[in-house]
Amino acid sequence: MEVIISTTQLLTTDGIPLKQSLKKAERKNKIRAFLLVFPLLLFIFVTFVMPIGDMLLRSVDDAQINTVFPKTFEEFNKWDREKDKLPPEVVYRTLFEELATGEKIQIGRALTRMNYSKSGWKSLIKKTSREIKKMTRKGMVPESYKETLIEINKDWGDPTFWYSMSQMVNKQTPIYYWNAIDRTYDQDQNVIMQDEKRRIYVQTWFKTLKVSVYVTFFCLILGFPVAHLLANLPLRYSNLLMIFVLLPFWTSLLVRTTAWIVMLQQKGVINGVLVWLGVLSDDGRLQMVYNETGTLIAMTQILLPFMILPLYSVMKVIPKSHMRAAQNLGAKPALAFWKVYLPQTIPGMSAGGLLVFVLAIGYFITPELVGGKDGKLIGSWIAFHLKTTLNWGLCAALGAILLAVMLVFYWLYNKIVGIDNIKLG
Amino acid sequence: MALPSYASPVQKTYYYLYLFFCGVVFFFLVAPLIAIVPISFSVSPFMVFTDGMLAWPPDPEAWSFRWYRNMIGDCSADVVSSTVPCSNKWMIGTVNSFFIGIIATVIATALGTLAALGLSRPHMPFKGLIMAVLISPMIVPLIITAAGMFFFYARINLVYTFTGVILAHVALATPFVVITVTATLVGFDMNMVKAAQSLGARPVKTFFRVIMPLILPGIISGALFAFITSFDEVVIVMFMASLDQLTIPKQMWAGIRQEISPVILCMATCLVALSIFLLTTVELLRRRSERLRGIKPR
Repeated sequence: MEVIISTTQLLTTDGIPLKQSLKKAERKNKIRAFLLVFPLLLFIFVTFVMPIGDMLLRSVDDAQINTVFPKTFEEFNKWDREKDKLPPEVVYRTLFEELATGEKIQIGRALTRMNYSKSGWKSLIKKTSREIKKMTRKGMVPESYKETLIEINKDWGDPTFWYSMSQMVNKQTPIYYWNAIDRTYDQDQNVIMQDEKRRIYVQTWFKTLKVSVYVTFFCLILGFPVAHLLANLPLRYSNLLMIFVLLPFWTSLLVRTTAWIVMLQQKGVINGVLVWLGVLSDDGRLQMVYNETGTLIAMTQILLPFMILPLYSVMKVIPKSHMRAAQNLGAKPALAFWKVYLPQTIPGMSAGGLLVFVLAIGYFITPELVGGKDGKLIGSWIAFHLKTTLNWGLCAALGAILLAVMLVFYWLYNKIVGIDNIKLG
Repeated sequence: MALPSYASPVQKTYYYLYLFFCGVVFFFLVAPLIAIVPISFSVSPFMVFTDGMLAWPPDPEAWSFRWYRNMIGDCSADVVSSTVPCSNKWMIGTVNSFFIGIIATVIATALGTLAALGLSRPHMPFKGLIMAVLISPMIVPLIITAAGMFFFYARINLVYTFTGVILAHVALATPFVVITVTATLVGFDMNMVKAAQSLGARPVKTFFRVIMPLILPGIISGALFAFITSFDEVVIVMFMASLDQLTIPKQMWAGIRQEISPVILCMATCLVALSIFLLTTVELLRRRSERLRGIKPR
């Protein structure tokens, strides 16, 4: 029998080069694997990624007002402020016409937007609209639109109103982002600080950071020894004690928050015990809830499992012989711990720390319920603008900034721990 | 971890301090959850331990099922109190929560398991990136997700509908399924799939007869995670659900906000019981799964 060894190409039985055939098979496998993931990927894209993208677009979106006053804005852009103190007659005329013909709901929405740039716009336009409606009903056509409008309301002769309009003529605006850090525009389009009493966000951002850092720190302090104990006990004990960590993890957030209100309130369990022990007098009960203390205590307890679990899984695999070896070589237990054990737990500490920090920074339910007035974090303001003021631009901008902060930490987490290393329970 | 026999008194002190500290932390973790249980059986309309409850010998007058009866919508004369409203809202909420939770779980489990199977294949392209996208609903703060979904679903008329809430919950729950099932598939012997296929089984049959029985514990754990995610979810529900989609968390939120009443604690006690049940199930499943895959407990 003759054996043919081709030195150039290996062929399959079909006569196709083996390399090509293998490539084809691999591509088929790739497509198959991808097809399995595709439904979920599509689902997440439509139900989750697109909404987030929509929110990001909304944070810079200023198109609505441009559909209400398109001609006015066009003419407004031609106004030379150096030359004329007030816009030319044609701006007044187009505004007059667009107010007369515009849909009421659309104008109403635009007014809300205009008021973000300068308060007073809403009432000014509302009054003017009413007068214009009266005039058109009577069939009156003004000789000079400028004078008629100024006659209706002298604010139309106030250039500062017109200056503020220049913030609205673009279809995109960064104003919500500036608002989200307590800045606004002055009449010459310069970025300035908000009025003293309207400065709330910078302070809230810092408070959110501060609370998150504190909570992370407390979780680390409380979680480290517990994780160490769990990792070093015999399995039958540690499994039992693990329930103490996993039970809060599985229990509804609202239940845990309610439980903390019950514990911390003035007539609550902790105050009751302290009074009974005689540590506090009956009217000297501590105020521990509906303030920042309450937020810190409740959030620490709620997020503690997220610190303990990653720490535990790292400590579990540190060989016990390391500490013994260090002590054998003459290190005191404290030094051995500091030089040998602690450095090996850094991956666990960073994983747990980042996880807790990232979760804390976006927390909303617990601070809202136990935080009271001064415990509110940035999440509460996002909810407030979403549900109450309907200032969705600002809501979206606050959300986008928070998201950006999150993504930085998410990226860090991925670098240090790896997304696919997340474990549950 | 016991103390060695040669430990010095200082070391002993540190060791007992350390144990004491751990004990305090364990207490801190579970005490609030335990404290609410007795209060839910109180007669008083306030969320406190009354004197009667603390009295010794126990005063049967101080204890009752009053608020549990209120919770299930029994508004008889001995149940109602001037400060605590009585309605069947809790029961409506329970039905809705289970309805939304179960449908969301089924969809999330199906999609998540498929994706996990794909992700575990060695040929998966862009694995890291896809995983990051799939996990992101779990990482992005809920309030941002809620805001984004509210804007977007409002455009397509899905806010204040069951469909909208369920879709949102599925998106939030799938990462848990993906993570749990992927973890189960680690160490899964792919030769078994090859064996099944070489014996003539088609892919669907291979999945149901070979793969699924082996990874079932993981799938069930993932489903339970998905269920509890949907069942406990309050932020999305707060913005995207109307009164028609009242769920337990939404009703609890309203309850804590407006009328602090022991009825909330009754529901909370039930939820703690539910979480103990789920926790035990998942833990048993995890051990079973490790046994099936031949991984020895560490």
